Amino acid sequence: MTGFVTLEGVRKVWSPAVAVGPLGFAVARGETLALLGPSGSGKTTVLRLLAGFEAPDAGRILVAGDDVTAVPPARRRFGMVFQHYALFPHLDVGENVAFGLRGPRAAVARKVAEVLALVDLAGFERRRVHELSGGQQQRVALARALAPEPRVLLLDEPLSNLDPALRERTRRELRALIRRIGITTVFVTHEQEEAFDLGDRVAVLHEGRLEQVGTAEELYERPANLFVATFVGRANVVRGPTARALGAGEGQVAVIRPERLRFAPAGVPAVVRERRYAGAAAFYQVETAGGDRLEVLAAPDAARVGASVHVAAERVLTFAEERA
Amino acid sequence: MRRRVWAPVALTLLLAWLVLYPILVVAGAAADRDAVTAFVTRRAEWAALGASCWISVASVALAAAVGVPLAFLFEALEFPGRRLLGSLIALPAVLPPLVGVIAFLFLYGESGFVARAVQALLGLPRAPWRLQGAGAILLVHAYSMYVYFYLFTRAGLARRDAALLEAAQALGAGRWRTLTRVTLPLLRPALAGAALLVFMTALGSFSAPYVFGGDFRVMTTQIVATKLNGELPLAMVETVALALVALVGLAVLRRTEGDDIVTALGKGTAPRRRPIRRAGARAAAAAAGWLLAAVLLLPHLTLALVSLVPYGTWTTETVPPVLSLVNYRRVFSEPERLQPLLNSLWMATASTLAAVALALAAGALVGRRPAAARAWWRRPIEALLALPWALPGTVFAIALATTFSVHRPLALRWVLVGTVVLLPLAYLVRNLPVTGRAVLAGYRQLDPALAEAAASLGAGPWATFRRVTLPLLKPALAAGGSLAFVAALGDFVTSIVLYTYDNRPIAIEILASLRLSELGVAAAFGVLLMGLSAAVLALGARR
Repeated sequence: MTGFVTLEGVRKVWSPAVAVGPLGFAVARGETLALLGPSGSGKTTVLRLLAGFEAPDAGRILVAGDDVTAVPPARRRFGMVFQHYALFPHLDVGENVAFGLRGPRAAVARKVAEVLALVDLAGFERRRVHELSGGQQQRVALARALAPEPRVLLLDEPLSNLDPALRERTRRELRALIRRIGITTVFVTHEQEEAFDLGDRVAVLHEGRLEQVGTAEELYERPANLFVATFVGRANVVRGPTARALGAGEGQVAVIRPERLRFAPAGVPAVVRERRYAGAAAFYQVETAGGDRLEVLAAPDAARVGASVHVAAERVLTFAEERA
Repeated sequence: MRRRVWAPVALTLLLAWLVLYPILVVAGAAADRDAVTAFVTRRAEWAALGASCWISVASVALAAAVGVPLAFLFEALEFPGRRLLGSLIALPAVLPPLVGVIAFLFLYGESGFVARAVQALLGLPRAPWRLQGAGAILLVHAYSMYVYFYLFTRAGLARRDAALLEAAQALGAGRWRTLTRVTLPLLRPALAGAALLVFMTALGSFSAPYVFGGDFRVMTTQIVATKLNGELPLAMVETVALALVALVGLAVLRRTEGDDIVTALGKGTAPRRRPIRRAGARAAAAAAGWLLAAVLLLPHLTLALVSLVPYGTWTTETVPPVLSLVNYRRVFSEPERLQPLLNSLWMATASTLAAVALALAAGALVGRRPAAARAWWRRPIEALLALPWALPGTVFAIALATTFSVHRPLALRWVLVGTVVLLPLAYLVRNLPVTGRAVLAGYRQLDPALAEAAASLGAGPWATFRRVTLPLLKPALAAGGSLAFVAALGDFVTSIVLYTYDNRPIAIEILASLRLSELGVAAAFGVLLMGLSAAVLALGARR
């Protein structure tokens, strides 16, 4: 893939124990890439390196073939939406959106009205920032970032400050907007659902390392390692005899998704300890004779608590045991 | 980042030259065997040093005894007139030190209103008392410094989390136990902070000991007297001794302040005020409140009244027989009298602007992003900005007078004594802590993401400063700037050491008028100073 935005061997060292990289990936023109990882994984650092707020200790950052590693943020032409939006409290909505615009007053006003309409806030120019709801503030931040027509859009946890009910709707709108503009986008999130929904591809980060980059399906079905397998989606991790009984080799770790386990006439014997009803299906906690616990996703009436069952696996992911 | 190192280095050196270097020069000059011997062997020196210490400690005790109960009264109870009284109670803060002192003189002094009233009432041949000595000094200190305890305690009480008090009650603690085990421990940082402020202010206090002291000398008045006697090396030793007492006091009180974590925990809502239910108690509380307000306002009113008394018209009567605006007319129409007003205005303006500019530079270097907070220059710059606060004004006045009395350009010393520059320079140094604190606090409250947002929108460092940082810092600049301006406008302690005829400020003119028994003119100047201070402070506090 030819990258529009490319990171090559980028490394940032905070302290001997805390470092990000060296890592490299490429984002195609018009693609949306999600940076997914637990807190402290370095995903925000990668975004800030892209924006130019941090300078890498090694490596290069390329945009459209130009090395921008030494270009200050003000001249990088990346639009950024901050986690807490960072709207200027002393300016109104229109002045916030116009902040990055130059040129004759009328042209600026026209552009402001245009981007505000784009985020569904037409006519909000003279509103004070603190009078807006969280969702509206988020859209103003988006409009402000988009107004100067940046080459790349960067979003830092774009939905984390919204309440759950609003989050899903905003996510849909955000996805539609990014598609419509066709802007190359990189965003940071710690929520897998958000990454899968918004990202064309997802880069999984862990302790400063890039574990895997791929589509949601690739990450779920063909995780590159044990961390990705367990961080992305629900997973049963088993070792020892139970793993071998389910098809893993000697010294291997078996990872099985709950929906890939089923109750069967033959298989690993176990006892149902808990049942968690989830509407169309239920999660069953079963315990094997060896004391391993497995989570099975099955029909709501597949088993009762306390029943003795047999569990079989349809698809088992196996990994070499990782050094601690 | 590397090429930016010259800026912090330059600012650190400039601040060190302004703040630290003069102190070192004085310390060097004090290392004079004869002078040290003289200081150690003279009884008067030890008496003055001891007086400074005990007056300061007693001022803390008195100010706390007045301010803390008042704060509890206003924060915990609801009674008629609480809001109005609560704001009146901070009024002593708008009285510059010397103005407060002359107001007390006119009110409680030998020929003041109260003494005359008592004399007339009891038919005494002479005034019943003289306002002099340690008692008089402590009276003025208690009046002007209880405000610190009052404001700090109120702020501490307002920060309390009601849930903490409810938790104590739920665990079976009564009102007294809650007070001693929860409320007071939580207030410790606030009380220690107020104690520190009062101690330092009392230690550096000059106006009250100068006017009321008589033979009773404290260190600040002793230093100025020694300097006037021409015993310069001895004055240096005294200055260093006073500075050492200040630093020891600072260190001791800082230790008792403890961690601020205790207060940082309280994030909930403040407890509600308890209304006074019984009608009799309500009336008593309101009456006590208004009586208190009257006592607090009397000095201001006295000053206003005396400013209306024409020269020579008030001799033995209890109340002045003639009132007119002639004093004000004289202040504004006689160039000789208008000049001090103009001098004070330009010097306060210039020193405040410079102090704000230096504070902004410091803020940009140490207050901005987290990276700057970790930089090596953060501590030296912050310490240099705060140092003038830790040392009495007299110390700085003597230090600057000593440093800039010789022409040694290679040692960065020029002759500024006798020029109009030295006094505003001293105001500037004295103003650094207040502007520095305000601006640094303002910088810390700025979300670093705002500057980054501006950068990502194409704004360079200067545009970001002009379009984002400066507008957001405006409240902090106004607050710090107004406090600095008022302090410089009313300054007496450094002025009396450093003024020249060409830049004599208002406080010096007040003193001169007093010496000529032109009480009305002195009071008129006091009223002008008071009004200007109140107006500037109100402007600075506006959102």
